[in-house]
Amino acid sequence: MAIALRIALVLITLGCVFLFVSHPLWFPAGVSAQARPLDHDFYVAFWVLGALFIAGQLVLVWVLAKRSTNQRSTRNWYGNGRLEIGWTVIIATIFLWFHLSGGQLWSRMMSPVKEAGQLHIEVTGAQFQWYFRYPGPDGVFGRTEPVKFAKPEEGNPLGIDPADPAGRDDIVSTTMVLPVGRLVQLHLRAQDVVHSLFIPAMRFKQDTVPGMEIHSHLMPTQVGTFEIACAELCGLGHYRMRALVRVVSEAEFEKWLNAQISAPGQP
Amino acid sequence: MQKASPIPTAPHTQGFLRRYIFTTDHKMIGRQYFFLSLAAVLVGAWLSLLMRIHIVWPKAALPFLGEIKPENYLAYLTMHGTLMVFFVLSMVPQNGFGTFFLPLQLGASEMAFPRLNMLGFSTALLSFFVLLAAFFAPGGPSGAGWTQYPPLSAIAAAGPGQALGTDLWLVSIGLFCLASIMSAINFVTTTLKRRAPGMTLMRMPLTCWAWFVTAVLILLAFGVLVAAVIMLMLDRHAGTSFFVPGGLLVSGKAVEHSGGSPLLWQHLFWFFGHPEVYIAILPAMGVTSHLLSTFARKPVFGYKAMVGATLAIGGLGFMVWGHHMFASGMDPHAGFAFSSLTTAIAVPSAVKTFNWVGTLYGGRIRYTTPLLFSVGFVSLFITGGLTGPLLAQPALDVYLHDTYFVVAHFHLIMAMAGLFAVFAATYFWFPKMFGRMLNERLGRLHFWLTLFGAYATFMPMHLLGIAGHPRRYSELTGVQYVTAMLPLQRFITLAAIVTLAAQLIFLINLFWSLRKGAAAEANPWRCTSLEWTLPSPAPKDGLTERNPFVSHGPYEYLPGAESDEDFVMQDAPAS
Repeated sequence: MAIALRIALVLITLGCVFLFVSHPLWFPAGVSAQARPLDHDFYVAFWVLGALFIAGQLVLVWVLAKRSTNQRSTRNWYGNGRLEIGWTVIIATIFLWFHLSGGQLWSRMMSPVKEAGQLHIEVTGAQFQWYFRYPGPDGVFGRTEPVKFAKPEEGNPLGIDPADPAGRDDIVSTTMVLPVGRLVQLHLRAQDVVHSLFIPAMRFKQDTVPGMEIHSHLMPTQVGTFEIACAELCGLGHYRMRALVRVVSEAEFEKWLNAQISAPGQP
Repeated sequence: MQKASPIPTAPHTQGFLRRYIFTTDHKMIGRQYFFLSLAAVLVGAWLSLLMRIHIVWPKAALPFLGEIKPENYLAYLTMHGTLMVFFVLSMVPQNGFGTFFLPLQLGASEMAFPRLNMLGFSTALLSFFVLLAAFFAPGGPSGAGWTQYPPLSAIAAAGPGQALGTDLWLVSIGLFCLASIMSAINFVTTTLKRRAPGMTLMRMPLTCWAWFVTAVLILLAFGVLVAAVIMLMLDRHAGTSFFVPGGLLVSGKAVEHSGGSPLLWQHLFWFFGHPEVYIAILPAMGVTSHLLSTFARKPVFGYKAMVGATLAIGGLGFMVWGHHMFASGMDPHAGFAFSSLTTAIAVPSAVKTFNWVGTLYGGRIRYTTPLLFSVGFVSLFITGGLTGPLLAQPALDVYLHDTYFVVAHFHLIMAMAGLFAVFAATYFWFPKMFGRMLNERLGRLHFWLTLFGAYATFMPMHLLGIAGHPRRYSELTGVQYVTAMLPLQRFITLAAIVTLAAQLIFLINLFWSLRKGAAAEANPWRCTSLEWTLPSPAPKDGLTERNPFVSHGPYEYLPGAESDEDFVMQDAPAS
């Protein structure tokens, strides 16, 4: 039994290592500015904690393998103050370093950034659809009041106030179209329940909360089409609350934007 | 010193109802909690099986049930989480084993408030039936998950099951909170006031320390949850707006609320919800410490550090709730503070792990089933615990939050480690609870299958999460990159089916041994704590007639001893 347990723990450790080394699934390629530092932090965590995992399991195997010393002395029998303080300090130091290095990334990610020519997009989650609103040539979002103006089948899902001139040139799209390399300021909202805008390829996730406008930012670094999923349980259609981000060149973005202004509603 | 043999009392003078149902005997109430948890775990496990099948074979027609629909999936998910967290992981380690063994290990004759004990169980039972009643409600049980985030949980029109199903959920959880508080008052008072002479706090077994600290956590945490569910109930039916802001449009209809905050619920819920994790795992840690010492024939390594770590985890456990909310829109500065405290809690957890390893080191280990499950606990605790510091980093957590990575993390550390401790405790205390031994051969088979099954089921979920698979998806067809993960999801389902099937071995062992198991002697494991001074099963009068006087610490195993008498009972006369 003793040997079987040790073998089992070794097999499990090897199995876990194999699973992560062969990793049949892994991160999608990162296509935003925060993907690289985030992946770097993940790998640091992965190797440090992976090493602690292997060490932990093997130490467990080792103490099980340790023959009973049949010791007659009671040294280390009830504990060992030095040893206990030592390992507490060591593990606390590792975790503290780990925490502080992660905190720096968090601070960089969450600090507001501004850039000339940045783009503003309002993201609205509603059961079970994402809407992306661009402010149009005037650069100002029109006032919305969904309860009053978002009548079904009227093509105004966000309830933009028709009386507000700022809203007349607003563009509402169900696909998020972004120019590559431009900073995007996101204004995240929800119309009914909590949703969460999750763009795995951009390492981006932010809940959208009714009654709140949450600000976040994003910088796409690669042209292509990527999927958006909803990451917060929002009801029956949660699993199919999907949208696309289309990252295009600056020229193509301007073309798309102009087409939207002249013929709104075309994706 | 010659022990006075317990005076035989007339055993069958009470009727069936007084003995088994309306009993104030803590041992009978402990057994009642044990069987209630068993019922809950059977339903919860069955639901997880249905969910796993639905995810990978959504069109499969099951016998009796037919095809599982997405709304069924969300209902199963909510009920699975609620049953497992409340009625299994919080109930059996604390109320099941604790109610039975806390007074015995402390040398008390009864709980401090026996009738409150009975009322606590009756309330918990009622809460269980109210919860299950939701299956028969129009629209079925709530589909908002065990966390019940408003506005989804606050507005009946937000989904199927959000009407009567959610009301029943709220009533059930409110009752459960009251039941837990009643039980916790008893635990705290009994520990502080009913210890036998000589049973100083630092002579208490670590199980008692864990039950005591857990009871304090329950008092502080469940009180907040009961307030939160009442507030949500008022939002739903009395026109208040604690959690629902104005101007919402749900299913095309305007919602008559204004000024509430959905984040307020998240704060209140997780102020309860994170200590809840420790409510589930602290008694499991206590059991593991107790059992590793018993079966390694060595004292717990660093008893004082273990007590300190238990208190530290209990204290810090109240300051980390915000780590569930890094992606919620909470202020990032608060996120950093919660991240610091969360990382800090990893230190006492690591200290415990080191001390378990230290306890095993150089021991004369007896490879019984309870020992196997306790070692399994340590292994799972290391594995599930080490993803904790990673998730405590807000930047990384934001990506992994609400993905299968988190599902893997908490199932390994809370569900699997917790259950391994419960299995260890069951194999260990079954003789004292029911007077018979569980079958060792079946127990070992159960252990091997469950150990490999647990790893095979939950390790691959990390990869799903890293690849961005959100949790709580009833089908994989809605998002293309998720659809591509079907093969690994199928593997997980197969592993889960094997693991769940292995639990039948445990059930067979349990029910067979209840009637036919080998009769247990008073102290089959040669353990030092006071419950083993009684015959098996523990007689109704417990320690009443023995009046133990405690003159020894809880883990006095003798170095170098070869014989079976290598230990000193806690109430042995001082030498």
